[in-house]
Amino acid sequence: MATYFTKDHEWVRIDGDIATVGITDYAQSQLGDVVYVELPEIGKELKKGDEAAVVESVKAASEVFAPISGTVEGVNSGLVDQPAAINEAAEGAGWFLRLVVADKGELSGLMDESTYRNFLETL
Amino acid sequence: MTMNTQGRPTSAGEASVSAIDTFTGNCALQQEEALIFEIGRHGTTGVDLDEPEAFTPRLGKLQRKAPLDLPGLSEPEAVRHYVRLSQKNYAIDSGLYPLGSCTMKHNPRLNEKLARLPGFGDIHPLQPLSTVPGAVELMAELGRWLIEMTGMTSVALSPKAGAHGELCGMMAIKAAIEARGEPRDIVLVPESAHGTNPATAALLGFKVVTVPARADGTVDPEAVKALLSPEVAAIMLTNPNTCGLFERDVVAIAAAVHAAGAYFYCDGANFNAIVGKAKVGELGVDAMHINLHKTFSTPHGGGGPGAGPVVFSNRLAAFAPLPFVRVGAEGPVLVEDEAELQAGETPFGRMVAFHGQMGMFVRALSYMLSHGGNGLRQASEDAVLNANYVRAGLRDVMTQPSGDRTCMHEVLFDDGFLEGTGVTTLDFAKAMIDEGYHPMTMYFPLVVHGAMLIEPTESESKASLDLFVATLRDLVLKAKAGDIARFREAPRFAPRRRLDETRAARQPKLTYERPVPFEQAAE
Repeated sequence: MATYFTKDHEWVRIDGDIATVGITDYAQSQLGDVVYVELPEIGKELKKGDEAAVVESVKAASEVFAPISGTVEGVNSGLVDQPAAINEAAEGAGWFLRLVVADKGELSGLMDESTYRNFLETL
Repeated sequence: MTMNTQGRPTSAGEASVSAIDTFTGNCALQQEEALIFEIGRHGTTGVDLDEPEAFTPRLGKLQRKAPLDLPGLSEPEAVRHYVRLSQKNYAIDSGLYPLGSCTMKHNPRLNEKLARLPGFGDIHPLQPLSTVPGAVELMAELGRWLIEMTGMTSVALSPKAGAHGELCGMMAIKAAIEARGEPRDIVLVPESAHGTNPATAALLGFKVVTVPARADGTVDPEAVKALLSPEVAAIMLTNPNTCGLFERDVVAIAAAVHAAGAYFYCDGANFNAIVGKAKVGELGVDAMHINLHKTFSTPHGGGGPGAGPVVFSNRLAAFAPLPFVRVGAEGPVLVEDEAELQAGETPFGRMVAFHGQMGMFVRALSYMLSHGGNGLRQASEDAVLNANYVRAGLRDVMTQPSGDRTCMHEVLFDDGFLEGTGVTTLDFAKAMIDEGYHPMTMYFPLVVHGAMLIEPTESESKASLDLFVATLRDLVLKAKAGDIARFREAPRFAPRRRLDETRAARQPKLTYERPVPFEQAAE
């Protein structure tokens, strides 16, 4: 399973045709305590860069963008009642949604983990 | 995702436990006060009412099934409850209130005296116009002052506050674009803007495109030109901006916006810096709201309602909403209805049921007339002088995001000077509460990390500013010396310690729940 990152601090993990999407640990640390999450409907078709979810912390509301195009196949509905899971494990149990990947070619525009960590150093 | 990197911590820190060690929980003469439902009892009343005679109710199914759960208090209990609550207020009447971009200036008592004159205080918006010519004349005179000060063409007095005024101005722009039959749906907003600017544009269905700020915190006309297109309806710009800086290229920005067929909305939140110094109409502004409750000294922040009149350039003047005052040969006339319109008057509709905040109109005009044109100009000059006095007093110990340069009516610091101390902007602000000051605006504008925006206003004396500057200098020295507890545990002496914002947001309790249900308690 390969994990890719966007410069907007989303991560996407590829397992066959399924992509799991979340926000990075850096993103959760900048947001602060997350208090509210809005997830997309199952079956929704997202294009790369579309608003996929909304995450709200005590200090700000932010949109989470789809890192690649695809159809929403599942969402982490547990986040709605336990948004703290995003702060506890942003890159694991705090995942947002799963997509059926439309075009794996889009992955080539994303960063791998070491490139993303280097990118964070520049911020 | 969209990322907000202002650097604000959101945890409760080390200070969420109360440390008052008294039997009552009171801290000397600062008394704890319970909710009115907790101190009230059924059957107690401050008014002696006769028992009603026997009657047959005719309410049918609408009749109340359970007794009304209202707290009963005697008159002294009710008086004490509200007086104690009022004593927990911090207000401009109790001390310096340096909240940036809020212009918390003194509310002159003369304004209050005039607003209470029966001819203004006792009138009703539904009484015949023929009985209130003085009120209409006052609205016309206030409008004339606002138009004169801004160099604009028409005014809408009715918007109730700043964001409502923004909505009014942008609705006029939308109406003007629709009248031209053009499909323009983009609004440009600089990243340092008040959050209400993009919210207003989005509410009206516009797409918001962000204009990046220059390194010095101002807007680059070239960046605006690069974003202009036949789809752009308007730019919303705050001037002076939220970094406390005058947008020095505002004329070039306005020219570019107009050349592209778009309109220029100016957020007038910071008008207090430029009254009598610059006419926004001459800068190319097409619409701007004016916060009477900031610039013109009417009470705000819990002390009274806002009022946000909007002035329009000749490009938008005809779209000003109903009601408006038309000044003609027969004197001022309040135009309330579409049937009364004359040629060339094309209001986009109306925003409120009545005429606006009449009480605030009286106070604002009282402020204008008591100061006069030269007095208003001096107030702006003193506001700018005071902000720069604070800047000069703190520049060697605090850090400014775009270098040490003359500011307008507010001075912006970042958290660079706290780096490595373990103290955040939030901790610093909370420590100010312990020193008896309302904190400055913090973490805004968002483009500055750990921002602290200080607006002293012209109301403060040199002695007041000296004490404020000395207090902040003492705090900075303590932070740099490693006295962390003073900050991390702050506020230490307030009636409540630091609040747990996260828990308040995750588990909000918005209604009072009786420990024992009312029906059982009543039996």
